[in-house]
Amino acid sequence: MPHISLPEGLPGITGGFAFRPETAKPMRELAHTLLHGPSTLTPGERELIATYVSTQNDCYFCQTSHGAAAAAHLGKNSDVVEQVKSDFLHARVSEKLKALLLIAGQVQQGGKTVSSETVEKARRQGATDLEIHDTVLIAAAFCMYNRYVDGLATWQPRDPAMYSSMGEHLATHGYLTPSVSAPALEATK
Amino acid sequence: MPHIQLPEGLPGIRGAMAYRPETAKPLNDLVEKLLHGPNSLTAGERELIATYVSSENDCYYCQTIHGAIAAASLGDNEAVVKKVKHDFEHAEISEKLKALLVIAGQVQKGGKQVTTGAVARARDLGATDLEIHDTVLIAAAFCMFNRYVDGLATTQPRDEAMYRERGKRIAHEGYINISKEYLPAEIAD
Repeated sequence: MPHISLPEGLPGITGGFAFRPETAKPMRELAHTLLHGPSTLTPGERELIATYVSTQNDCYFCQTSHGAAAAAHLGKNSDVVEQVKSDFLHARVSEKLKALLLIAGQVQQGGKTVSSETVEKARRQGATDLEIHDTVLIAAAFCMYNRYVDGLATWQPRDPAMYSSMGEHLATHGYLTPSVSAPALEATK
Repeated sequence: MPHIQLPEGLPGIRGAMAYRPETAKPLNDLVEKLLHGPNSLTAGERELIATYVSSENDCYYCQTIHGAIAAASLGDNEAVVKKVKHDFEHAEISEKLKALLVIAGQVQKGGKQVTTGAVARARDLGATDLEIHDTVLIAAAFCMFNRYVDGLATTQPRDEAMYRERGKRIAHEGYINISKEYLPAEIAD
């Protein structure tokens, strides 16, 4: 049961967003710019970074919904999502993305753990300053989203169809509008 | 030296925000709503939560600037800021704020660390659902801001007078107004 009285039938962060629309707006805009806006990293790569950090933070709702969005971007490839979550150095992703995931993992541990060596490694694989910046901020932002979702003890159903439909919605429309509504959720049951 | 090439002469998060105005805007909107917008928690109380979490995350820039804003909001009371950072249970603050700081400290360690006992204590001392929500989100957001500031290895001058002066101005004018100094006008508004 959530720690506070959140609107019913809205899973994960969507419950927190409906409870407090004033803070939901900038949080949606941030996710949209980072994950869905113009970038030299593909949306699939950025969703993999979000998924990886959410997994390290052990947030079921975030790793599953963003894992579904990543799979939707990558031609319904949920195998690569699972590989990235459990052992990204051996996943079928670019060497550049592996280097960026190393940075993201360091950010998840704490800002000061990001080393010049991992940044250099990413740069040698062709990462630009903007890509490194966005990797740091995606990882940092998911240290917020994950704590928000779990810190309120939001409702996080174990319903693969719901996450798969959310992932499709996020991959197509981004983050500015709700990816799930109570009636839509009913429809997946 | 920062891990990427940030604009010079803008310490801490300001350099990163000036580097990427598209993400700076929702970040400033979020912090404005959480710390400076209308709320049943005073601005001073909310800044103390931000300062405490930043101190737990060992982020010099964030704990110093938000500590200065907190002090300015609390009648230039720098002693209470210091006490909250080191031993808030014995600080001269309300019992409700102490209970909210316990929740914030749990969020800092991880979303799943928040206990029903800590939430019940806060509620017994008069905290509303909205105040508990905002405490969780302030703590979560500073787990992002702190990682962003340290993860890029931004410059963080040891110049207390600079933080004190700027803290007074932010306490008075708010985050969005101050951001006009380093963001393009069309983004800052």
